Amino acid sequence: MEEIIRIEGVSKNYGNHRVHEELTLGVRRGECFTLLGPSGCGKTVLMRLIAGFEAPDSGKISIDGVVVSNPASGIDISPDARKIGMVFQDYAVWPHMTVFDNVAYPLKLAKKPQRELTDRVMETVALVGMSGLEKRLPSELSGGQQQRVALARALVARPALLLLDEPLTNLDANLREEMRFEIKELQRKLETTVLYVTHDQEVALAISDRMAVMDEHGHIRQTGTPWEIFEQPADPFVFSFMGIANFLPVRREGTAWLVGEGTQNIPWKSPADDTPLQAAGFRPSDVRIAPPEKGEGLRGIVRRASFLGAMMDYLIDVDGATLRTSIETHEALSGGLMFKEGEGCVVSFRNLFWFDAKSLSEVVK
Amino acid sequence: MNVLNTRASSAPLSADAGVSGGPARTRQGRASSAPLSFRRSGFGVAQVILFLSIAILVVVVAVPVLLIFFNAFWVDGKFNVRDVLRIIGEPDTWQALVNSLVIAAGTTIGSTIVGTFFAWLVTRTDLPCKRLMKGLFLVPFMLPSFIGALAWKMLLSPRAGFINRFFMLHFGLAGPIFNIYSYAGIMLVEVMYLFPFVFIQVCGALERMDPTLEESARISGAGLFTITRKITIPLVLPSILSGALLIMLYSMAHFGTVAVLGIENGIFNIPTLIYQRIHQSAGSFASIRTGTVLATVLVVTATFIIWLQGKILSRGHYQIIGGKSFRPMELKLRALRMPLFIFCVAWIGFTIVLPTTVIFLVGGLRTYGLSFTWENLSLDNYKFILFNYKVTRDAIWNSVTLGLSAALITMFAGVMISYVIVKMKVRGKGFLEFLGMLPFSVPGSVIALGVILAWSGKYGVNLYNTVWIILVAYIARYMAFSLRANSAALEQVHDSLVEAARVCGASMWQALRDIVLPLVRPGMLAAFFLIFLPALRELTASIMLYAPTTRTIGVAIYTLNEDGETVMSAALAGIALIIIVTGQLLVDRFVGNKAKGQG
Repeated sequence: MEEIIRIEGVSKNYGNHRVHEELTLGVRRGECFTLLGPSGCGKTVLMRLIAGFEAPDSGKISIDGVVVSNPASGIDISPDARKIGMVFQDYAVWPHMTVFDNVAYPLKLAKKPQRELTDRVMETVALVGMSGLEKRLPSELSGGQQQRVALARALVARPALLLLDEPLTNLDANLREEMRFEIKELQRKLETTVLYVTHDQEVALAISDRMAVMDEHGHIRQTGTPWEIFEQPADPFVFSFMGIANFLPVRREGTAWLVGEGTQNIPWKSPADDTPLQAAGFRPSDVRIAPPEKGEGLRGIVRRASFLGAMMDYLIDVDGATLRTSIETHEALSGGLMFKEGEGCVVSFRNLFWFDAKSLSEVVK
Repeated sequence: MNVLNTRASSAPLSADAGVSGGPARTRQGRASSAPLSFRRSGFGVAQVILFLSIAILVVVVAVPVLLIFFNAFWVDGKFNVRDVLRIIGEPDTWQALVNSLVIAAGTTIGSTIVGTFFAWLVTRTDLPCKRLMKGLFLVPFMLPSFIGALAWKMLLSPRAGFINRFFMLHFGLAGPIFNIYSYAGIMLVEVMYLFPFVFIQVCGALERMDPTLEESARISGAGLFTITRKITIPLVLPSILSGALLIMLYSMAHFGTVAVLGIENGIFNIPTLIYQRIHQSAGSFASIRTGTVLATVLVVTATFIIWLQGKILSRGHYQIIGGKSFRPMELKLRALRMPLFIFCVAWIGFTIVLPTTVIFLVGGLRTYGLSFTWENLSLDNYKFILFNYKVTRDAIWNSVTLGLSAALITMFAGVMISYVIVKMKVRGKGFLEFLGMLPFSVPGSVIALGVILAWSGKYGVNLYNTVWIILVAYIARYMAFSLRANSAALEQVHDSLVEAARVCGASMWQALRDIVLPLVRPGMLAAFFLIFLPALRELTASIMLYAPTTRTIGVAIYTLNEDGETVMSAALAGIALIIIVTGQLLVDRFVGNKAKGQG
């Protein structure tokens, strides 16, 4: 598929701080692509490089087949000429303009005739569900409504590319959930390419066609569909970034694989390679817990039992290694799985990933 | 260009509504064929702004100040410190230095005690009509202290002062009960009109202080006296000190009061000595050198005071004082309530009502020295100075036009320079910030001297004896006000607002015009009035720069008084008071409403 954004070998430094080094990335036309990474990983810098607010130190960025940044040949097209739409984390809705004027601004700059301008603004305002509020000032709108204005303003000129910089961070949880589906819906309807930057893996999984996971140093660890990222994480970093992760250290003694510091054999298929120190990674939802007399698996002791309303949360010690799991309260009640602190239990796993224990150090502190 | 064509046809969304025909498209087309031109033109705007900002500050602020240092230390092409020390050691100059310090110290101590005491009364006690009293205590901010000094001269000059005469006549005293032409008199008058600097700072701190800090001390068993001594005072001490240093700074460099009350008895401070030397010798080399040396001392002291203030404010004491308003404990004054209230009312009557009344009454007299009877009083003087007397008509016209032009120019220059300081990521903006804030530590008389050195023909431009030289001095003097107001406004304009405009297709200029300027307009307006109102009553710099036809209101009041035209001087002072108070009330109302509308 044709790539609408092409980033080739881009490096960016702020003084001695290296944000990006030889970064290469492509975003395909019409897809919703998410850059996911912890705060301070440089994902916003990357977006600003694409928008043209920053210039790379080296490397090449093209949008829609046009090279927009290439320091080697002195190309640096200013943001106003890149023809993209952008939504900022803090909305950046102009406080002195009404909703209508905010949304109309890109068309006014493009010197559209009045009729067409009005029609297009009203249409776009309706698209984001803000009809009837055109005459309001931003100070009379809620945060969610301001974000819709920002979205309408970014969409009104029908850019082929829309950049969204953590647009939902400042919204409350319910609104965030609602808006992310709306953004996805708009993207499908308008067939716009969306580049979305966030640190929230739920949003990323919900809206992306493809996504890239970045680490603190600005390196891309994995690129793929949400399913690939979630089900086939490339390394412990990606795995743990996609939700609460448990890692159980496993050591090899001869041909036997033993858990933690104890002598229990692993109840699963052995890892593919035979590095002596490995870690089994799994999510709390993949842990199955049973009373010691029933079920098979690893014997452990419940260290902490917390009642969280709908869920029971357990912290379990297995031979010096701890893991967390949670089960629905009603399931625990009906299945006789209400453990007290200090009680023994047996744990088994639905699904797990093997990682080299050495690569864990950067994830588990 | 062919790349672009593919883009237009392959982008599914740009097909509708003629995006491909927009002007921005053409610009991008040009960009890809001549790639360099783009960022260059973007930088062009930035460079023009940066260059203009530096040029304005260097020419208006840096050159005059540097010329002062240069003239002070550079004699016959050689660096010469010994000569500087010799000048400082001359009896007259040394005396002026000591006087400046003594008067400033006395004024500061007095104002701090008075200001802190009144602030405590109106915030922490059950004094009656507290809100009204607080407003009244701020009135001296509006009254130019040299007009106050003028009034007190009429009341308490040893021979002719109304109060002194009254006592000598009716109680048979041989001499005056108080001679205002003295150190004590000068300090007293300065305290009356400067104490609000401490008052307002301490009021603010006491109002914002978290009362739980005091309440927890009370729960721990401390009495109110202990709490005040151990908790309250240490917490507001930075505010007290910062207000005190402000007064010190002001008083050190203050011209008006000392000029009106001191010269009679030969009491000079630095600014009045600079004025007297230059005025008497009509700008001879020796007098200018003495002036520059004194000015240097003044600048160094002022810089030290500002440094000290910054140090005190940055010590972190303020963390305990939050931004929220709480309801603090109120001390019951009980038996002292009415006596203290009467004392406050008497203070206001004595420092505000009495002097202004005297100004207006004397302004109405046919001749100075007559008693205040109906047949001696009329509005003739006021009519005369407003409509017939060329000196005063010129003065009012000059002050208004100078104030307006200085405010307008400084407002626009200020917004541009603030933009560079706050928003642009360029090297050397720290230097700009330093230059812009420099006039805070450069007193008016020093600026005037610097302007004389720079603009009296020595470097090609001669503005001496014209109204332009006063304008240049005002711009230098008030630039810092403008930078403060505009920087504060610009800091409210988040970068993303401009960036949002840029991605919408706005050029740098368009973004500035459509987004930044409308949003900083309140700050610019504030800057305008912050400059216009003080410029109307400016005396310190104008007095050094005026020519017969370029008197300002302040200069005219001062010179009329010097020439013995006391009634005319008083009448003009009365009119000045009306203009200033009306202006201030209009601004307060206007700006106040505006703030409410936005909140």
